[in-house]
Amino acid sequence: MATGQRPDLFAQRRRPPGEKLLDLSFQRLTVVLASLVGLVLLGILITVLGGSREAMGQFGLGFLTTSDWDPVGGHYGAFTAIYGTLITSLLALLIAVPLGVGTAVFITENIIPLQIRQVLGVMVELLAAIPSVVLGLWAIFVMEPFLRPCLTGLHNLLGWLPFFSTEPQGPGIAPAVLILVVMILPIITAISRDSLNQVPPSLRQAAYGIGATRWGAILHVILPAAISGITGGVMLALGRAMGETMAVTMIIGNSNNFSLSLLAPGNTISSMLANQFGEADGVQVSALMYAALVLMLLTLVVNVMAQQIVRRLSLKYN
Amino acid sequence: MTSFPRGALTYRPGLARNRCNQLFTGLAAVFTALAVLPLVLVLVYVLIKGGSLISLRLLSELPPAPGLEGGGIGNALVGTLIVTLIASLIAIPVGVGSGVYLAEYSRGGAFARFVRFGTNVLAGVPSIICGVFIYGLIVATRAFAGQSYSALAGGIALAVLMVPTVIKTTDEALKLVANELRWGALGVGASKFVTITRITLPAALAPIATGIVLAIARAAGETAPLIFTALFSPFWPDGLLNPIASMSVLIYNFAIMPYEAQISLAWAASFVLVVMILAANLLARWLGKLSRT
Repeated sequence: MATGQRPDLFAQRRRPPGEKLLDLSFQRLTVVLASLVGLVLLGILITVLGGSREAMGQFGLGFLTTSDWDPVGGHYGAFTAIYGTLITSLLALLIAVPLGVGTAVFITENIIPLQIRQVLGVMVELLAAIPSVVLGLWAIFVMEPFLRPCLTGLHNLLGWLPFFSTEPQGPGIAPAVLILVVMILPIITAISRDSLNQVPPSLRQAAYGIGATRWGAILHVILPAAISGITGGVMLALGRAMGETMAVTMIIGNSNNFSLSLLAPGNTISSMLANQFGEADGVQVSALMYAALVLMLLTLVVNVMAQQIVRRLSLKYN
Repeated sequence: MTSFPRGALTYRPGLARNRCNQLFTGLAAVFTALAVLPLVLVLVYVLIKGGSLISLRLLSELPPAPGLEGGGIGNALVGTLIVTLIASLIAIPVGVGSGVYLAEYSRGGAFARFVRFGTNVLAGVPSIICGVFIYGLIVATRAFAGQSYSALAGGIALAVLMVPTVIKTTDEALKLVANELRWGALGVGASKFVTITRITLPAALAPIATGIVLAIARAAGETAPLIFTALFSPFWPDGLLNPIASMSVLIYNFAIMPYEAQISLAWAASFVLVVMILAANLLARWLGKLSRT
């Protein structure tokens, strides 16, 4: 421009108004779509809170500690379901954590050839893809009949303990726990595997270099270095176990009578919702919404804690 | 040079720590076998029990009335395809759009952090709660032309489940696109819209497609959000505003019926569902390999 030669060649191209408009409206569109996530969350909260207001006013906090569920008399208490949700998911975690972490170590450490490890990894991932309702069907017709003699044996042997005090009659809490183990194992294995893979090789080499055995290195160096990711994965699995519906509904027996025995039929919040929500009316809908609110808060706390743990504990190796 | 006692530098399997090592290796192997066992057992049972029932008639007929023999799962097969299609048509634009916002437009501000947090929270909401939400929002209020249970409500409930997965995969796939591509496009005078739609989205297509295929596969097998939104129907699908059959709800309903014919249909539907979902997972795996080369 300063030299005065062909000024239009270097002049700024003016963006046509159509292009500007398209740019702006596309940006606005993505903002609107992104805010839908917040709207849906808000909608879920409002729907469940609004729906449970009636039951909240009528039963108050006693809803959480009483266990009579009587649609005829109009008395509702969700203690059996809340206890069932907590006991099934915690017991499932107790079994699945050693299994999942053990599997993750086995398929990340150099114990067997790489090809076999990869195949095992894919198989565990495919297990996560099988729909819950198919696992439920399998649990009803294959797992539970196979399991019943074992559980009966357990009852005969340890029947003096309150946890095994009833005769197993088919569906119950124990088979539900086992099917939950099958459902959360892939999550724990996959996340533990990722965190084990992220441990820098130098740590491993250093451990082997000072003469540690394989499991000395794994137990004292590698697992502690990966513990944040593993803990986060375990918390996510806990959230998933508490919300898991179909397989548990099909195998837990759906009984509202409270029993300490793991061999007796029980209930979880989600199985109660799946079973009764469609046919409920009046106060029962509201009581079910109240139970749904409790479930939502439980899973919310667990999931937020999982995110916090991963963020807080994650060691930065870069 | 110091001299070592004989054998100090050789491997001695009798040492306590080497015994311990072998014990732990064996234990890990047993754990892995236990973890893989259920997949093998479930697959074998579903493939043998369900696969032996599959015929063209089974895939094209209506389920029988309780107590009668024969029949098929044709309406449930079509229903699952329709409901999953509705869910994909809602969840893919919303998910990809939000992912584009997070990766391309947001500058790490409070809103973007809120959306990322919300996505993680939504991913953790139990699927049955999604069903309760859509029931309260659409079914109970009869929001669509005075109809209560409908295929559309079921599709929306599944979409709520799919969206977080699609957002996360889009966000992460776009973050992996090299910044040089963006600078190059903007440098030759492309607008931001053209840069995103012509350069960055195509560059991230394979990982995004992988995530979408996995989300669809998961939605196709979901039951909990459908049992009181789409309900079930023993007839062929009749428009989007009426209750519709789906394979997952068919399995749930028929598994607890005391009739042999219904229980075999549940196994057959499980077979079709598992084959569809495993095929989708293999497709996703292939797409994932494609994106890495």
